[in-house]
Amino acid sequence: MSNVLERVTKIIVDRLDVEESKVTPEATFKDDLGADSLDVVELVMELEDEFDLQFSDEDSEKIVTVGDAVSYIESQLND
Amino acid sequence: MVLSLEGKTFVVMGVANKRSIGWGIARSLDKAGARLIFTYNQDRMLKNLEKLVEELNGKDPLILQCNVESDEEIENCFQEIKEKVGVIHGLAHCIAFAKTEELEGEFVNTSRDGFLLAQNISAYSLAAVARAARPLMTEGGSIVTLTYLGGERVVKNYNVMGVAKASLEASVRYLANDLGKDNIRVNSISAGPIRTLSAKGIRDFNASLNAIEERAPLRRTTTQEEVGDTALFLMSDLSRGITGENIHVDSGFHIISI
Repeated sequence: MSNVLERVTKIIVDRLDVEESKVTPEATFKDDLGADSLDVVELVMELEDEFDLQFSDEDSEKIVTVGDAVSYIESQLND
Repeated sequence: MVLSLEGKTFVVMGVANKRSIGWGIARSLDKAGARLIFTYNQDRMLKNLEKLVEELNGKDPLILQCNVESDEEIENCFQEIKEKVGVIHGLAHCIAFAKTEELEGEFVNTSRDGFLLAQNISAYSLAAVARAARPLMTEGGSIVTLTYLGGERVVKNYNVMGVAKASLEASVRYLANDLGKDNIRVNSISAGPIRTLSAKGIRDFNASLNAIEERAPLRRTTTQEEVGDTALFLMSDLSRGITGENIHVDSGFHIISI
Protein backbone atom coordinates (compact mmCIF):
# COMPACT_ATOMS: atom_id res chain seq x y z
CA MET A 1 0.00 0.00 0.00
CA SER A 2 2.98 2.32 -0.45
CA ASN A 3 1.11 4.16 -3.13
CA VAL A 4 -1.27 5.51 -0.46
CA LEU A 5 1.73 7.38 0.97
CA GLU A 6 2.67 8.62 -2.49
CA ARG A 7 -0.85 9.88 -3.21
CA VAL A 8 -1.11 11.49 0.23
CA THR A 9 2.30 13.11 -0.21
CA LYS A 10 1.32 14.57 -3.56
CA ILE A 11 -1.79 16.17 -2.09
CA ILE A 12 0.12 17.56 0.89
CA VAL A 13 2.83 19.06 -1.32
CA ASP A 14 0.17 20.60 -3.51
CA ARG A 15 -2.06 21.97 -0.73
CA LEU A 16 0.56 23.13 1.76
CA ASP A 17 3.22 24.30 -0.67
CA VAL A 18 5.96 22.32 1.09
CA GLU A 19 9.03 20.47 -0.21
CA GLU A 20 8.34 16.81 -0.90
CA SER A 21 11.35 15.84 1.22
CA LYS A 22 9.67 17.33 4.30
CA VAL A 23 6.65 15.06 3.95
CA THR A 24 7.78 12.05 5.97
CA PRO A 25 5.54 9.65 7.91
CA GLU A 26 6.77 11.24 11.17
CA ALA A 27 6.06 14.83 10.07
CA THR A 28 3.24 16.53 11.98
CA PHE A 29 0.78 18.59 9.94
CA LYS A 30 0.68 21.55 12.30
CA ASP A 31 4.25 21.89 13.56
CA ASP A 32 6.40 20.35 10.84
CA LEU A 33 4.33 21.19 7.77
CA GLY A 34 2.90 24.50 8.99
CA ALA A 35 -0.75 23.65 8.42
CA ASP A 36 -3.35 25.79 10.23
CA SER A 37 -6.80 24.48 11.11
CA LEU A 38 -8.31 25.53 7.77
CA ASP A 39 -5.46 23.83 5.89
CA VAL A 40 -6.19 20.66 7.81
CA VAL A 41 -9.88 20.78 6.85
CA GLU A 42 -8.99 21.41 3.20
CA LEU A 43 -6.52 18.51 3.30
CA VAL A 44 -9.07 16.15 4.79
CA MET A 45 -11.52 17.08 2.02
CA GLU A 46 -8.90 16.50 -0.68
CA LEU A 47 -8.06 13.13 0.84
CA GLU A 48 -11.74 12.19 1.06
CA ASP A 49 -12.10 12.95 -2.65
CA GLU A 50 -8.88 11.19 -3.64
CA PHE A 51 -9.70 7.96 -1.81
CA ASP A 52 -13.51 8.21 -1.96
CA LEU A 53 -13.78 7.98 1.83
CA GLN A 54 -15.44 9.86 4.64
CA PHE A 55 -13.27 10.84 7.60
CA SER A 56 -15.37 11.04 10.75
CA ASP A 57 -14.71 14.10 12.92
CA GLU A 58 -13.55 11.94 15.80
CA ASP A 59 -11.07 10.09 13.64
CA SER A 60 -9.72 13.20 11.92
CA GLU A 61 -8.96 14.76 15.29
CA LYS A 62 -6.62 11.86 16.06
CA ILE A 63 -4.59 12.40 12.90
CA VAL A 64 -1.47 14.33 13.85
CA THR A 65 1.26 13.04 11.52
CA VAL A 66 1.40 12.11 7.85
CA GLY A 67 1.82 8.49 8.95
CA ASP A 68 -1.43 8.69 10.97
CA ALA A 69 -3.29 9.84 7.86
CA VAL A 70 -1.79 7.05 5.75
CA SER A 71 -2.64 4.32 8.25
CA TYR A 72 -6.16 5.69 8.71
CA ILE A 73 -6.75 5.67 4.95
CA GLU A 74 -5.27 2.18 4.62
CA SER A 75 -7.49 0.85 7.41
CA GLN A 76 -10.59 2.42 5.79
CA LEU A 77 -9.71 1.01 2.38
CA ASN A 78 -9.28 -2.44 3.85
CA ASP A 79 -12.69 -2.40 5.53
CA MET B 1 -36.72 37.07 -22.47
CA VAL B 2 -33.37 35.33 -22.33
CA LEU B 3 -31.19 34.53 -19.37
CA SER B 4 -28.28 36.67 -20.41
CA LEU B 5 -26.27 38.91 -18.10
CA GLU B 6 -24.20 40.33 -20.94
CA GLY B 7 -23.09 43.88 -20.15
CA LYS B 8 -23.90 43.56 -16.44
CA THR B 9 -21.54 43.54 -13.48
CA PHE B 10 -21.84 41.51 -10.28
CA VAL B 11 -19.85 41.42 -7.07
CA VAL B 12 -19.24 37.99 -5.54
CA MET B 13 -18.11 38.12 -1.92
CA GLY B 14 -16.71 35.13 -0.03
CA VAL B 15 -15.20 32.58 -2.40
CA ALA B 16 -12.78 30.57 -0.24
CA ASN B 17 -11.91 27.77 -2.67
CA LYS B 18 -13.22 25.68 -5.57
CA ARG B 19 -15.88 24.08 -3.35
CA SER B 20 -17.39 27.37 -2.17
CA ILE B 21 -21.02 27.99 -3.05
CA GLY B 22 -19.89 31.48 -4.05
CA TRP B 23 -17.70 29.88 -6.70
CA GLY B 24 -20.72 27.96 -8.04
CA ILE B 25 -22.57 31.27 -8.28
CA ALA B 26 -19.61 32.93 -10.00
CA ARG B 27 -19.46 30.16 -12.61
CA SER B 28 -23.18 30.39 -13.39
CA LEU B 29 -23.02 34.19 -13.74
CA ASP B 30 -19.88 33.93 -15.86
CA LYS B 31 -21.54 31.44 -18.23
CA ALA B 32 -24.39 33.93 -18.70
CA GLY B 33 -21.87 36.56 -19.83
CA ALA B 34 -21.67 38.63 -16.65
CA ARG B 35 -18.67 40.69 -15.67
CA LEU B 36 -17.51 39.69 -12.19
CA ILE B 37 -15.76 41.36 -9.29
CA PHE B 38 -14.55 39.25 -6.38
CA THR B 39 -13.87 40.21 -2.78
CA TYR B 40 -11.94 38.11 -0.28
CA ASN B 41 -10.88 38.35 3.31
CA GLN B 42 -7.80 36.25 4.00
CA ASP B 43 -4.70 36.03 1.80
CA ARG B 44 -5.13 32.28 1.41
CA MET B 45 -8.40 33.00 -0.37
CA LEU B 46 -6.75 35.45 -2.73
CA LYS B 47 -4.29 32.71 -3.68
CA ASN B 48 -7.12 30.28 -4.40
CA LEU B 49 -9.13 32.92 -6.27
CA GLU B 50 -6.26 33.93 -8.53
CA LYS B 51 -5.98 30.33 -9.69
CA LEU B 52 -9.75 29.79 -9.98
CA VAL B 53 -10.56 32.85 -12.07
CA GLU B 54 -8.38 31.50 -14.88
CA GLU B 55 -11.24 29.07 -15.60
CA LEU B 56 -13.72 31.88 -16.28
CA ASN B 57 -14.71 33.28 -19.68
CA GLY B 58 -14.47 36.81 -18.29
CA LYS B 59 -10.72 37.40 -18.06
CA ASP B 60 -8.84 39.34 -15.37
CA PRO B 61 -11.74 40.13 -13.03
CA LEU B 62 -11.20 42.75 -10.38
CA ILE B 63 -10.28 41.11 -7.05
CA LEU B 64 -10.41 43.24 -3.91
CA GLN B 65 -9.85 42.66 -0.23
CA CYS B 66 -12.86 43.33 1.97
CA ASN B 67 -13.02 42.36 5.61
CA VAL B 68 -16.72 42.79 6.41
CA GLU B 69 -15.98 43.34 10.09
CA SER B 70 -14.73 46.80 9.15
CA ASP B 71 -17.08 49.53 7.92
CA GLU B 72 -14.07 51.39 6.59
CA GLU B 73 -12.88 48.46 4.47
CA ILE B 74 -16.37 47.95 3.09
CA GLU B 75 -16.60 51.62 2.18
CA ASN B 76 -13.15 51.65 0.56
CA CYS B 77 -13.88 48.47 -1.34
CA PHE B 78 -17.08 49.80 -2.91
CA GLN B 79 -15.46 53.17 -3.52
CA GLU B 80 -12.78 51.39 -5.53
CA ILE B 81 -15.43 49.43 -7.43
CA LYS B 82 -17.21 52.71 -8.17
CA GLU B 83 -14.04 54.28 -9.52
CA LYS B 84 -12.97 51.29 -11.60
CA VAL B 85 -16.29 49.92 -12.81
CA GLY B 86 -19.04 52.42 -12.03
CA VAL B 87 -22.41 50.72 -12.03
CA ILE B 88 -23.07 47.27 -10.57
CA HIS B 89 -26.18 45.17 -11.10
CA GLY B 90 -25.98 42.66 -8.32
CA LEU B 91 -24.13 41.28 -5.37
CA ALA B 92 -23.75 37.75 -4.01
CA HIS B 93 -23.07 37.73 -0.26
CA CYS B 94 -21.55 34.34 0.57
CA ILE B 95 -20.03 35.14 3.94
CA ALA B 96 -20.47 33.53 7.35
CA PHE B 97 -18.32 32.70 10.34
CA ALA B 98 -18.61 31.11 13.77
CA LYS B 99 -16.13 29.54 16.12
CA THR B 100 -15.86 25.80 15.42
CA GLU B 101 -16.13 24.99 19.10
CA GLU B 102 -19.61 26.54 19.09
CA LEU B 103 -20.77 24.40 16.17
CA GLU B 104 -21.12 21.37 18.40
CA GLY B 105 -22.77 20.49 21.68
CA GLU B 106 -25.51 22.68 23.13
CA PHE B 107 -26.53 26.15 21.91
CA VAL B 108 -27.23 27.11 25.51
CA ASN B 109 -23.46 27.22 26.06
CA THR B 110 -22.81 29.80 23.34
CA SER B 111 -20.52 32.55 24.59
CA ARG B 112 -21.46 36.21 24.28
CA ASP B 113 -18.38 36.80 22.13
CA GLY B 114 -19.11 33.85 19.88
CA PHE B 115 -22.73 34.93 19.47
CA LEU B 116 -21.79 38.48 18.53
CA LEU B 117 -19.01 37.33 16.22
CA ALA B 118 -21.38 35.06 14.27
CA GLN B 119 -24.01 37.83 14.06
CA ASN B 120 -21.43 40.40 13.03
CA ILE B 121 -19.85 38.49 10.17
CA SER B 122 -22.80 36.36 9.06
CA ALA B 123 -25.77 38.72 9.42
CA TYR B 124 -24.84 42.36 10.01
CA SER B 125 -22.43 42.26 7.08
CA LEU B 126 -25.37 41.92 4.68
CA ALA B 127 -26.86 45.25 5.77
CA ALA B 128 -23.42 46.86 5.73
CA VAL B 129 -22.57 45.76 2.19
CA ALA B 130 -26.09 46.51 0.93
CA ARG B 131 -25.68 50.07 2.20
CA ALA B 132 -22.34 50.42 0.41
CA ALA B 133 -23.55 48.77 -2.80
CA ARG B 134 -26.83 50.71 -3.06
CA PRO B 135 -25.38 53.90 -4.59
CA LEU B 136 -23.67 51.80 -7.28
CA MET B 137 -26.89 50.07 -8.31
CA THR B 138 -28.24 52.99 -10.29
CA GLU B 139 -29.94 50.75 -12.85
CA GLY B 140 -31.66 48.63 -10.19
CA GLY B 141 -30.09 45.53 -8.76
CA SER B 142 -30.32 42.17 -7.09
CA ILE B 143 -28.69 41.12 -3.84
CA VAL B 144 -28.51 37.42 -3.03
CA THR B 145 -27.32 35.88 0.23
CA LEU B 146 -26.91 32.30 1.40
CA THR B 147 -28.73 30.75 4.29
CA TYR B 148 -29.57 27.31 5.62
CA LEU B 149 -32.53 25.44 7.09
CA GLY B 150 -30.85 25.73 10.50
CA GLY B 151 -32.05 29.34 10.53
CA GLU B 152 -35.68 28.19 10.49
CA ARG B 153 -35.53 24.97 12.47
CA VAL B 154 -33.23 23.23 14.86
CA VAL B 155 -30.43 21.41 13.06
CA LYS B 156 -28.11 19.50 15.38
CA ASN B 157 -24.78 21.31 15.98
CA TYR B 158 -25.70 24.31 13.80
CA ASN B 159 -26.37 26.27 16.98
CA VAL B 160 -25.06 29.84 16.95
CA MET B 161 -24.97 29.85 13.15
CA GLY B 162 -28.67 28.91 13.04
CA VAL B 163 -29.49 31.99 15.08
CA ALA B 164 -27.25 34.11 12.85
CA LYS B 165 -29.04 32.75 9.76
CA ALA B 166 -32.44 33.60 11.31
CA SER B 167 -31.14 37.12 11.75
CA LEU B 168 -29.84 37.14 8.17
CA GLU B 169 -33.21 35.97 6.81
CA ALA B 170 -35.02 38.72 8.72
CA SER B 171 -32.45 41.21 7.42
CA VAL B 172 -33.32 40.12 3.87
CA ARG B 173 -36.95 41.12 4.44
CA TYR B 174 -36.15 44.51 5.96
CA LEU B 175 -33.54 45.28 3.31
CA ALA B 176 -35.95 44.21 0.55
CA ASN B 177 -38.43 46.77 1.83
CA ASP B 178 -35.85 49.55 2.13
CA LEU B 179 -34.16 49.00 -1.20
CA GLY B 180 -37.29 48.17 -3.20
CA LYS B 181 -37.76 51.92 -3.73
CA ASP B 182 -34.56 51.88 -5.79
CA ASN B 183 -35.62 48.77 -7.70
CA ILE B 184 -33.06 46.73 -5.81
CA ARG B 185 -34.26 43.24 -4.88
CA VAL B 186 -32.93 41.26 -1.92
CA ASN B 187 -33.40 37.49 -1.63
CA SER B 188 -31.79 34.50 -0.01
CA ILE B 189 -31.10 30.97 -1.13
CA SER B 190 -31.42 28.29 1.50
CA ALA B 191 -29.03 25.67 0.15
CA GLY B 192 -29.03 22.04 1.19
CA PRO B 193 -25.78 20.84 2.75
CA ILE B 194 -22.81 21.03 0.38
CA ARG B 195 -19.27 19.86 1.21
CA THR B 196 -17.69 23.27 1.62
CA LEU B 197 -14.91 24.42 3.90
CA SER B 198 -17.44 26.14 6.16
CA ALA B 199 -19.76 23.14 6.28
CA LYS B 200 -16.91 20.91 7.37
CA GLY B 201 -16.53 23.10 10.44
CA ILE B 202 -19.87 21.80 11.70
CA ARG B 203 -19.65 18.72 13.88
CA ASP B 204 -20.76 15.52 12.10
CA PHE B 205 -21.47 17.34 8.86
CA ASN B 206 -21.24 14.14 6.83
CA ALA B 207 -24.34 12.84 8.65
CA SER B 208 -26.47 15.69 7.26
CA LEU B 209 -25.34 14.84 3.71
CA ASN B 210 -26.37 11.24 4.21
CA ALA B 211 -29.78 12.30 5.57
CA ILE B 212 -30.52 14.34 2.42
CA GLU B 213 -29.61 11.46 0.13
CA GLU B 214 -31.97 9.16 1.95
CA ARG B 215 -34.88 11.44 2.77
CA ALA B 216 -35.08 14.50 0.49
CA PRO B 217 -37.79 14.27 -2.21
CA LEU B 218 -35.13 14.29 -4.95
CA ARG B 219 -32.99 11.71 -3.07
CA ARG B 220 -29.74 13.47 -3.84
CA THR B 221 -27.51 16.07 -2.26
CA THR B 222 -27.48 19.67 -3.42
CA THR B 223 -24.74 20.77 -5.82
CA GLN B 224 -22.86 24.02 -6.22
CA GLU B 225 -24.25 24.23 -9.76
CA GLU B 226 -27.87 24.01 -8.57
CA VAL B 227 -27.35 26.91 -6.18
CA GLY B 228 -25.35 28.82 -8.81
CA ASP B 229 -28.15 28.54 -11.36
CA THR B 230 -30.79 29.68 -8.86
CA ALA B 231 -28.59 32.67 -8.06
CA LEU B 232 -28.35 33.33 -11.80
CA PHE B 233 -32.16 33.37 -11.97
CA LEU B 234 -32.31 35.75 -9.01
CA MET B 235 -29.72 38.04 -10.58
CA SER B 236 -31.53 38.08 -13.93
CA ASP B 237 -34.65 39.96 -14.99
CA LEU B 238 -36.58 36.68 -15.04
CA SER B 239 -37.02 37.09 -11.28
CA ARG B 240 -37.88 40.80 -11.46
CA GLY B 241 -41.08 40.36 -9.41
CA ILE B 242 -39.38 38.52 -6.55
CA THR B 243 -37.96 40.22 -3.48
CA GLY B 244 -37.71 39.46 0.24
CA GLU B 245 -37.94 35.77 -0.64
CA ASN B 246 -36.05 32.73 0.62
CA ILE B 247 -35.75 30.03 -2.04
CA HIS B 248 -34.87 26.53 -0.86
CA VAL B 249 -32.44 24.76 -3.17
CA ASP B 250 -32.17 21.59 -1.14
CA SER B 251 -33.70 18.73 -3.14
CA GLY B 252 -36.94 19.57 -1.31
CA PHE B 253 -35.65 18.50 2.10
CA HIS B 254 -37.34 21.41 3.90
CA ILE B 255 -40.83 20.00 3.28
CA ILE B 256 -40.04 16.70 4.96
CA SER B 257 -41.02 15.95 8.52
CA ILE B 258 -40.64 12.59 10.25
